[in-house]
Amino acid sequence: MNAQVETLDAAARAELDALGDLGSLAPAVRSKIAQREMPSQDPKTRVSNMDEVALGYTEAMARLEAQRCLQCPTKPCTAGCPVAIDIPRFIKAVACGDDAGAVATIKESSLLPSICGRVCPQERQCMKGCTVGKIARDPAKAVAIGRLERYVADLERERGEESVPAVAPPTGKRVAVVGSGPASLAFAADVRRAGHEVVVFEALHKCGGVLSYGIPEFRLPKAIVEHEVESLRRMGVEIRTDFVVGRSRSLSDLLSEDGFDAAFVGSGAGLPRFAGIPGENLVGVFSANEYLTRSNLMKAYAEGRADTPFYHARRVAVLGGGNVAMDAARTALRLGAEAVHLVYRRTEAEMPARAEEVAHAKEEGVVFRTLSAPTRVVGDENDVVTGLETVRCELGEPDASGRRSPVPVPGSEEVLPVDCVIVAIGNSSNPLVPLTTPEIRTDSKGRIVVDANHETTMRNVFAGGDIVLGAATVILAMGEGRAAARACNARLAGAL
Amino acid sequence: MNRIVSKRLLANDLCELEFEAPHIARGHKAGQFLVLQADHDWGERIPLTIADANESAGTVTVVFQAVGATTIKLARFNPGDCIPDVLGPLGNPSDVRKFGRVVLCGGGIGVAPIHPIAQAMRAAGNHVTSILAARTKDLVIFENRMRAASDEVIVCTDDGSYGRKGLVTAPLKEMCESATPPDRVIAIGPPVMMKFCAATTKPFGIPTIVSLNTIMIDGTGMCGGCRVMVGGKMKFVCVDGPDFDGHEVDWDNMMKRMRAFRPFEEEARRRVRDHECNIDKAARAIAAAKEDR
Repeated sequence: MNAQVETLDAAARAELDALGDLGSLAPAVRSKIAQREMPSQDPKTRVSNMDEVALGYTEAMARLEAQRCLQCPTKPCTAGCPVAIDIPRFIKAVACGDDAGAVATIKESSLLPSICGRVCPQERQCMKGCTVGKIARDPAKAVAIGRLERYVADLERERGEESVPAVAPPTGKRVAVVGSGPASLAFAADVRRAGHEVVVFEALHKCGGVLSYGIPEFRLPKAIVEHEVESLRRMGVEIRTDFVVGRSRSLSDLLSEDGFDAAFVGSGAGLPRFAGIPGENLVGVFSANEYLTRSNLMKAYAEGRADTPFYHARRVAVLGGGNVAMDAARTALRLGAEAVHLVYRRTEAEMPARAEEVAHAKEEGVVFRTLSAPTRVVGDENDVVTGLETVRCELGEPDASGRRSPVPVPGSEEVLPVDCVIVAIGNSSNPLVPLTTPEIRTDSKGRIVVDANHETTMRNVFAGGDIVLGAATVILAMGEGRAAARACNARLAGAL
Repeated sequence: MNRIVSKRLLANDLCELEFEAPHIARGHKAGQFLVLQADHDWGERIPLTIADANESAGTVTVVFQAVGATTIKLARFNPGDCIPDVLGPLGNPSDVRKFGRVVLCGGGIGVAPIHPIAQAMRAAGNHVTSILAARTKDLVIFENRMRAASDEVIVCTDDGSYGRKGLVTAPLKEMCESATPPDRVIAIGPPVMMKFCAATTKPFGIPTIVSLNTIMIDGTGMCGGCRVMVGGKMKFVCVDGPDFDGHEVDWDNMMKRMRAFRPFEEEARRRVRDHECNIDKAARAIAAAKEDR
């Protein structure tokens, strides 16, 4: 056991012993228990490996953390959860030592708890309304709901206790799923449970979408993603990789010629946005998608083994303040960069990244340059990056997103010497399916338009996840996939 | 899946592979490409233009030069072997219509992807002239196939060992200056060759289409590694191309970007080649041991 885990575990055990009979704890006592720290790899060690940073609670930490929940009858946490998990009920089960019951409660609403426990922005969802957090005036100090979710889900997987969900007798109906990211995985599972034949088409050679190519190993181990995909296979879902709907076959071909009765488009927000500043085509400028895909999906970090090359950079600038920017910055450190600067136009308070990722990035030595906007990438005579010109910003009036917009301060330009720039300012919808399926309507941003049943303008074709929402979160995508599956199942049963 | 049905060595390190890929063969149109991997877990993804597709047999053909980690590995595959991962057809088909006089310029292995375009252009009622260019006689590929698909064929070699001595741009310029200039030119080959074809036709205002093959990973618009500047705008070769107006491409920037991973590529090539040397060494040792007995 890691030394920090040992210390934290011993502390939790001692506190549990001191509390005595857990069944009769008064709320006042519960709310005095401090939040359990998440054990994690030492920052100095972890910047030179790809292993997961957060190590997970031990049993004692989970039991004690669960005692902090006040079991509010109004369930503000559930109200904040995009898929409305019955959080007090699952936490009560953890408090009582019924880990299996806890997982079962979560799985009534969410299919991928070990993934969501790791990547959900809890402080802006379930933890935001938590009474314990309100008492502490800090949602970060609320009950650590995500850590408990991860604890029970990991335990079930590690013990091999998961059962294959029951599948209804065959209906003879076939459903095609485009993409294998979180929206598609959730949709596929629920439609398969209803007894329909399901085929998932994935363009890449590995499944999981952004869970595989985007989120790094040190934040979400790929073995967990593979495990979830394997669960689908065990339910009888067929998965076809190396197949891009829209090119290999069009969506219309699948429905009119290949015998599919319905389809779901979960092709994601996979078109990287660039900042539109001069020099973005210099050698050494990458979209975060490319940078992360090389490392995560193509395993370029395993030099000497992987055929996919990696760009060696000593000084890196990452543009953006979201989770992808944090992932790119932390990946650059692990691949040997001596200095990594995160360049963000607003302040830390406006950063869309999860609080934990921001904290981890700082611990690892990423330099935060907030209120700083990129204006130009500077290159040498060979078109190789030598620097990034930035301008200082001040916060002005709130913009359409409600965030105060940055206003450049004239004359405050400076050049940051870097040899690599990674652009992590978001993605647009993948245009391939709409482009090759004129029947499907999209909005001005290229997002697929759906009705209240998640159905597109093409009958029997449903859509969900980032292709509908624009870039959002794993849990929202999953929630959309489940809602679309309910509508699709109803349609195939003749009830919609 | 992706079982190789035939393999031909066209020249020293030029290899032609035909393999089963029924849905690519069925959906393919001239000008499209595919992305393949020579190793599922550790391989890289590289784009190759489809040189031929046989819909009834469900096979497609690619031609490549064994110069990188993936192409060297690929050249070691034999009929019966399966290519681990193949994705396609990708990219937009070439614009094939009746233009009148069409001149196709193929440089090196660029002649292979020119072949289906020649067939399609001729079927659309165009007069097709093909210029096949190579460094030396041994590297001239697809000559018979191109003669069958074209109204006229001109071969040139840099060293004069076969056909006309000189670069592809010499006969192209003569045609532009002639009384019957081309209505459309298509050039496929090394970037520098395409750049100079476009420069040759530009003063004459003859539309010139080039097929780009930049560094890409997914091939579906996700990574943006393939981006090029065309007419001052950022374009993705995989979803906006691969065909572009050759007069508008920022060639110098594109060529510099294509060299971004040069040191790594050299290293990977050495590693893959050395691996073969070790196999050869072992084979020689076994053969020697047998002789000794």
